[in-house]
Amino acid sequence: MDYFAQQLINGLVLGSIYGLIAIGYTMVYGIVGMINFAHGDIFMIGGFIAMISFLVLISFGLTAVPVILLVMLLVSMAITALYGWTVERIAYRPLRHSFRLAPMLSAIGMSFILSNFAQVAQGARVKPIPPIITGGHTLHEGATGFNVQLSNIQIVVVVTTMVLLALFTWLVSRTRLGRDMRACEQDQTMAALLGVDVDRTISFTFVIGAALAAVAGMMYLLYYGLVDFFMGFVAGIKAFTAAVLGGIGSLPGAMLGGLAIGLIETFWSAYFSVEYKDVAAFSILIVVLIFLPTGLLGRPEVEKV
Amino acid sequence: MSGQILAVDRLSMRFGGIVAVNELSFEAERRKITALIGPNGAGKTTVFNCITGFYKPTSGAIHLTHEDGSAFALERLNDFRISKQAKVARTFQNIRLFPGMTALENLMVAQHNALMRASGLTFLGLIGASSWRQAEQRAIDLATVWLKRVGLIDRADDAAGNLPYGDQRRLEIARAMCTEPALLCLDEPAAGLNARESGALSELLLSIRSEHGTSILLIEHDMSVVMEISDHVVVMDYGVKIAEGTPQQVRDDPKVIAAYLGADEQEARAMMETGS
Amino acid sequence: MLDTKPAFILKKASLSALVALVLFSLMIGLRTEAGPEGKLIYWTRFGDLATIVAIVFGGSIVIELLRQWIGPVGAAALVPAWLQKLMDFVGRWLGPALLGFAILVPVIFYDQRYILDLAILVLTYVMLGWGLNVVVGLAGLLDLGYVAFYAVGAYSYALLATTFGLSFWICLPLAGILAAFWGVLLGFPVLRLRGDYLAIVTLAFGEIIRLVLINWQDFTGGPNGISGIPRPSFFGIPLTADEDGFAARFGLEFSPTHRVVFLFYVILAMALLTNWVTIRLRRLPIGRAWEALREDEVACRALGINITATKLTAFATGAMFGGFAGAFFATRQGFISPESFTFQESALVLAIVVLGGMGSQLGVALAAVAMIGGFELFRGLDQYRMLVFGFAMVLLMIWRPRGLVGHRAPTVFLKQSRAISSDLVKEGHG
Ligand SMILES: Nc1ncnc2c1ncn2[C@@H]1O[C@H](COP(=O)(O)OP(=O)(O)O)[C@@H](O)[C@H]1O
Ligand SMILES: [Mg+2]
Repeated sequence: MDYFAQQLINGLVLGSIYGLIAIGYTMVYGIVGMINFAHGDIFMIGGFIAMISFLVLISFGLTAVPVILLVMLLVSMAITALYGWTVERIAYRPLRHSFRLAPMLSAIGMSFILSNFAQVAQGARVKPIPPIITGGHTLHEGATGFNVQLSNIQIVVVVTTMVLLALFTWLVSRTRLGRDMRACEQDQTMAALLGVDVDRTISFTFVIGAALAAVAGMMYLLYYGLVDFFMGFVAGIKAFTAAVLGGIGSLPGAMLGGLAIGLIETFWSAYFSVEYKDVAAFSILIVVLIFLPTGLLGRPEVEKV
Repeated sequence: MSGQILAVDRLSMRFGGIVAVNELSFEAERRKITALIGPNGAGKTTVFNCITGFYKPTSGAIHLTHEDGSAFALERLNDFRISKQAKVARTFQNIRLFPGMTALENLMVAQHNALMRASGLTFLGLIGASSWRQAEQRAIDLATVWLKRVGLIDRADDAAGNLPYGDQRRLEIARAMCTEPALLCLDEPAAGLNARESGALSELLLSIRSEHGTSILLIEHDMSVVMEISDHVVVMDYGVKIAEGTPQQVRDDPKVIAAYLGADEQEARAMMETGS
Repeated sequence: MLDTKPAFILKKASLSALVALVLFSLMIGLRTEAGPEGKLIYWTRFGDLATIVAIVFGGSIVIELLRQWIGPVGAAALVPAWLQKLMDFVGRWLGPALLGFAILVPVIFYDQRYILDLAILVLTYVMLGWGLNVVVGLAGLLDLGYVAFYAVGAYSYALLATTFGLSFWICLPLAGILAAFWGVLLGFPVLRLRGDYLAIVTLAFGEIIRLVLINWQDFTGGPNGISGIPRPSFFGIPLTADEDGFAARFGLEFSPTHRVVFLFYVILAMALLTNWVTIRLRRLPIGRAWEALREDEVACRALGINITATKLTAFATGAMFGGFAGAFFATRQGFISPESFTFQESALVLAIVVLGGMGSQLGVALAAVAMIGGFELFRGLDQYRMLVFGFAMVLLMIWRPRGLVGHRAPTVFLKQSRAISSDLVKEGHG
């Protein structure tokens, strides 16, 4: 039971990170209807920028952890958001009204560019950082000597995710930009006729998605204590899997899918085998889609003929 | 008397809260043209989609009987089987051709099931067996016949997506006919045609009925076409049948006029009286 | 109206440079590396940063000038009519010429082992491209995990040959059949998914296969792969220096090149077979149904076409060709490991198909030559290679979103076969 509770905590934390990345996929899909293959690599870039800014802050002699974290978060979000904007501008906007596969290939190309850019610019080796947030709480002392732990870093990851998610939901549902986004999602031509600046709204979607991916990248850095140039690919396809699992286009679905993938992965590792955790996640995706072809929360698509 | 080909029995179709078709019953006679009319949003296309298996009706039954007596419960048949086994062909309100294929290719695709058999599920075709080559030639000949009948023989090798609107409508009918259907369902075939074109369409439909013995179910807004060619008219409004009969009977029915004018029955009657 | 004012161009270029400065400030301006005790250290590279920003500044001026020069007339104006005619002429004879050249490659480059090896590699991708073209180009089903079938083929041959000692020529059809079987196994439940759902499921399937290959150590040798895979024989005669080897039997002096030349003709024959079958299938009802499916699924259903069966055959046919190519790959390399079957391979083959112009056999062949050849040109660049490849993919897509060959040839005609502009051709939802 205790072991189970511990895995539940670990799974939820991992799931939060996947959920944050999945939101970027789902938003972009909702608005331009394409799989932004480079999004996983945007997450990786976010992790790298957080890592570098951490090193700089430390070398400036800063020691106050909250300040360090806040600056890291802001710098990473800001610069990564610019990456998102640039990617859209260079690789997707010229193909906006093109055929379906062209933007997808362009996105795959962008993904190669970003991951290899990170490799060339920062080297192929893993970048470890010392733990920034330490300590934790013992929630329950087990009789067998197994204690259920909740570390501070786990709390930080989950709380940050919650806060940002709340902020973001507010942004989409209450602000003008959010309204424009939803309008573009429904019908771009109509939205443009009604005075919505479609280009700007789409850029904005990429910017938000990238900023959230940056948060995820930083959380990953804090949680695992390292980043490397290749981490975007695996995290990216798992987050995309999460988005599809939850029902692509649905924001709560993305978070739900992220949590589901995180839990599946953690429990599979804990009870079965670590090696096959990704196999489990992907297999469950396939099985879910066979029975719920539009994911857990996706709107079923009734085809009008 | 050749009897009915189609019997729709208390058919209902709901989309969430919307009742698009409500307890609709009507029949279509064999070798006759039955028109289904009604204002926009009345549920006509939905009826077609139920008959041709694109929607599963919420309740009700749709019976189809072939001349040889074989019967089909269309509401239970899987979509592609409705065309393949029950021999029901249709066209779409928004034309659905294969735009990147030529007119001829469109008609070849329509003969898929027959050709599949002739090609020995591809294997005979792959080795170029002569039986396959003959079957292919026959298919091309059938396509040619239909291209001629709809006046598109000169455009046989043009992409369907490049044809003018009226030609596309006719090509879609030819494509449906290439499946050699027992029942042909046409969803607003005259929409967007000019007077000359819709006149030609009427002739085409009449000849399909008389020469091929195909029964036709027709949704149409163009009253001149409906009045000219249909043998029986069913009028729908808000998902229910409000009238049926010969074109003449229906035209004089105040309920029908009311439905089209959006007024209630009394008003319409009053209007008609003062008008005449 | 064109705004050619230098001020405007400078403003745009400065903006680009500013964006570049922010983007690269940390990623290029600073370099991190794990120090002696595993602790990260960093140093500055402001010189590099300045150079890159300057390049972006200069580059965007050039691009802006180019854009205004080409201007609203569009790229069409760059191609004069006579050149268009010439290109049409070349286009007609390119296929046969290419084939003739391919047959002569071992004769011309007999002494250049490197070129022969490269040619074999290119042909392998031509074959993979033609195989995937059935699925993506004809049937319009987006398969992002094609490499899985390539892997199934390769491992089938490797395992059958190393455990049962079966020869290549027996294993080749088996590998194709097994791959097709896996195609059906995956396809059956997932082919009713549409569009990007299908894409992600195939991607997931590709990853599952790769992960299983890595982790099922006893069966597949895990990350170390399988080595000592038998080389193909010349229809029973081994290509070795032995007494009863190919060279001795035919009274030739033994040379390792014999085997390379033989492999070259094997893959050429396999690729041509793929091409022949595909062209044939396109003219059969099944192939027409694939293309019709890509054009309009709803209309297909209304015409009584069994969508699932049709999709499944496309999927299985593509998988089978992938399996053949995989078996060839295994026998050529003599060693295989999961590393050869990553998502990047799938992406590469897909890029070949899309760049080729979906559905066009010649286009796919050209794209394979261009991609693999180009990739090889940058071999010296080492780690910049993938970077260049990524840029090439993005630029090629922007330049020709519909690929090199922008039209579709009808499969049957009455009087005259007229090419159909790809603007009309749909690309499917599946
Ligand atoms: N797939 C669907 N989902 C939801 N509502 C639908 C769907 N198809 C049709 N409807 C609704 O059913 C009603 C009847 O539509 P339709 O059959 O197209 O009318 P008609 O063809 O007579 O103009 C309309 O209110 C329409 O919005
Ligand atoms: Mg309608």
